Amino acid sequence: MTLSVTAPSGATHQMADAWRRQTSLRRFYTVLGVGLLIAAMLASMWFADEANAGHFFDRLPHILDFLSWLIPKDWNDVWRALFDIASPHDIGTQEFNFPLGRVYVWGSFYIPEYFELMITTVNMALVSTFIGFMFAVPFSFIAARNLTPHPVLRLVVKRFMELLRAFPEIVIAGLFAAIVSAGPIAAIIAIGLHSIGALGKLFYEINENIDMRAEEGLRAVGANWFERVRFAGLPQVLPNFMSYTLLRVEINVRVSTIIGAVGGGGIGEELKLSISRGFGAKTLALVLLLFTTIFIIDQFSAWLRRKLVGEQAFMMGA
Amino acid sequence: MATMTAEQMLSIEQRHPQIFRRPLYKRFTPLLLFAGILLYLVYVLWFFSLPQVLRESHWERLPLFLTQWVSYDLQPEFRLDQPEITPKYPRFSALGENPNPDWVIKNANGTYTILIDGPAKSVTFDKTQATIVANGQTVPVSLTGGKPVVSGPVPDWVTVHDDEIVAKMGFVGEVRVTVDRVKVRKRFLGWANFVFDTRSPFFGKPAGEVVSLIMSGPELKPGTSNLALAGDNIWNNAQWQHGDVWTKLLQTIVMAFLGTLLGGIVAFPLAFFAARNITPSGVLSQVLKRFFDFMRSVDMLIWALFFTRAFGPGPLAGSAAIFFTEIGTLGKTYSEALENIDDKPREGVLSTGANGLLVQRYGVMPEVIPVFISQTLYQWESNTRGATIIGAVGAGGIGLKLWEAMRTNSNWANVFYMVLLILMVVFIFDNISNFLRRRLSRTIHDYNRIQAEQG
Repeated sequence: MTLSVTAPSGATHQMADAWRRQTSLRRFYTVLGVGLLIAAMLASMWFADEANAGHFFDRLPHILDFLSWLIPKDWNDVWRALFDIASPHDIGTQEFNFPLGRVYVWGSFYIPEYFELMITTVNMALVSTFIGFMFAVPFSFIAARNLTPHPVLRLVVKRFMELLRAFPEIVIAGLFAAIVSAGPIAAIIAIGLHSIGALGKLFYEINENIDMRAEEGLRAVGANWFERVRFAGLPQVLPNFMSYTLLRVEINVRVSTIIGAVGGGGIGEELKLSISRGFGAKTLALVLLLFTTIFIIDQFSAWLRRKLVGEQAFMMGA
Repeated sequence: MATMTAEQMLSIEQRHPQIFRRPLYKRFTPLLLFAGILLYLVYVLWFFSLPQVLRESHWERLPLFLTQWVSYDLQPEFRLDQPEITPKYPRFSALGENPNPDWVIKNANGTYTILIDGPAKSVTFDKTQATIVANGQTVPVSLTGGKPVVSGPVPDWVTVHDDEIVAKMGFVGEVRVTVDRVKVRKRFLGWANFVFDTRSPFFGKPAGEVVSLIMSGPELKPGTSNLALAGDNIWNNAQWQHGDVWTKLLQTIVMAFLGTLLGGIVAFPLAFFAARNITPSGVLSQVLKRFFDFMRSVDMLIWALFFTRAFGPGPLAGSAAIFFTEIGTLGKTYSEALENIDDKPREGVLSTGANGLLVQRYGVMPEVIPVFISQTLYQWESNTRGATIIGAVGAGGIGLKLWEAMRTNSNWANVFYMVLLILMVVFIFDNISNFLRRRLSRTIHDYNRIQAEQG
């Protein structure tokens, strides 16, 4: 094959010009966008700094000051705090009263306080995810365009789930704290309601992408709505549902810690108290326990999700 | 449809043994799973002592709280042991300093009539007796003995306590009568003094008058225009605290924005070193990945509490907490996106002899930038919601304000106001983020389509 090189004609020049114009316009928009973003960022930084109790540059030299109280005099106190073993440094203050928190189960066998609190938080997360799952599944089939029993019902359920998702959990927790007394139950109701909305949205988006041939087959033999959903919809989507539910468990463990810190009980409350009072050993023990638990749950859930749906489990939001 | 013979059924069964004769453990897995969940639920029931909590809960408060979201009440009190009966309103009453509402009537004979819901639900009293009217019944109460006594039958909406008689009239209010005072609670639908509070010179004026005052009235406060005065009055409304609420709301938005953006900026270069297919060193990749896991697993709460201690309470602490968590989350998602790219463009750019940076710029970035932006937007959206909760532990924003309004259990209307604002913000930001992500996914889609067309 031979290449023949000809002098650029007028048309080629025009094309090159057009291309140059287009790229320079695009570059202009990119620069403008990035510039706006940077301006917004700087303005936000200034605003956040201005509104804060301590200012960034004033506090920066002292940023590591809190490490001074965080580092315990005796590192063994971290283990003692974790397992509620009496500390030789105990002088009757709350900082070292480790054995007081023991939860005796059987004779002298006890669960250390922090483990009990961690179990509470994890149970809160699991139960609220369970509540979310149980309601989100039927809701998601009603809200899916291709499976809905009635378009009006679909709209109502969709809006309802949107409301549940956007409603601040903390308000529901506060409302129920006044009704069932502050504690895990109020937090579970709040997180559970939020989970219904969050899971429901993800679920119905999965439902809308199913293969409808199985549903048509069932429709042809006269199956009713429930049977079609049960035998045509559910088997296709269940692995994906479980994957998203596991992801929700991860999120809910974090959320129940936070709700716990504002009165929902569990480990969050203890952590907040411990940090605000500056108990080094206790704080480290709590952070260690919380970190390990979340890490284990994340890794386990990631492993299970990979088994359930493969790499797809990690493309969230994309 | 033809019916199958037993023979045909058997032959199907033999052809597909994996469906009809599954291993025992597989057949019983769902049952076991179900039993396990049931057992767990029983355990949780015991763990949280749910029956006891439910027994001790006050469900009757729920409708009360919910009505308080959209209504307010006025509670005039009438002392009967003074020489002359005069209504007394609690401080900060929604009616201002000298209320003279038309539903409190001083009759010619010295008695007072309070219309709680027109004359059908009302109370009329003097120092010797009170007459409560509601639900078509009239209940006379004698106040001359040492304690209030209902003369005649007591209907079920009236409760007789030792020294007090309480008449509940449903949503509209209630009357409490003792020997020396009558206390009325009258409930109104709506939000009282939402625009101007009782101290404002514009208070209690109809909208038309306010507008004409602002447009062309004489200066109510010398030296300031009426428009500025009205704006100032609204912004500093003592009851609703519009200024404070909106500032705090902006703080929450800023926290989410700043935290996510900075997290993205830091995670972006790190992700290239963490991605298995791009990193120059496998050890570095592992170290960075564990670092991302660490940042994510140290919960946002822990970061928030630490930074609140380091910077003092405020949005700076919240931004820093979200920033640190986001380094982990975005770092992880970015590096996973990088590991899933198509290697051909990279190889193409590499074959031209470009250096490392240029390979990333022209071989990798065009492919991943839309995915990165989409994931960042997704995180921004969820952080806008999360920043509310973080605020409640002292990390600034509307969360703390919300939590404090709720803790007092009295200001549910303010709570609802803030909830509506948060819902509005979440709704707007969801839509912006959805819109941008849709645009982006169209870009990705177009890119894929053009590639497919070119073969």
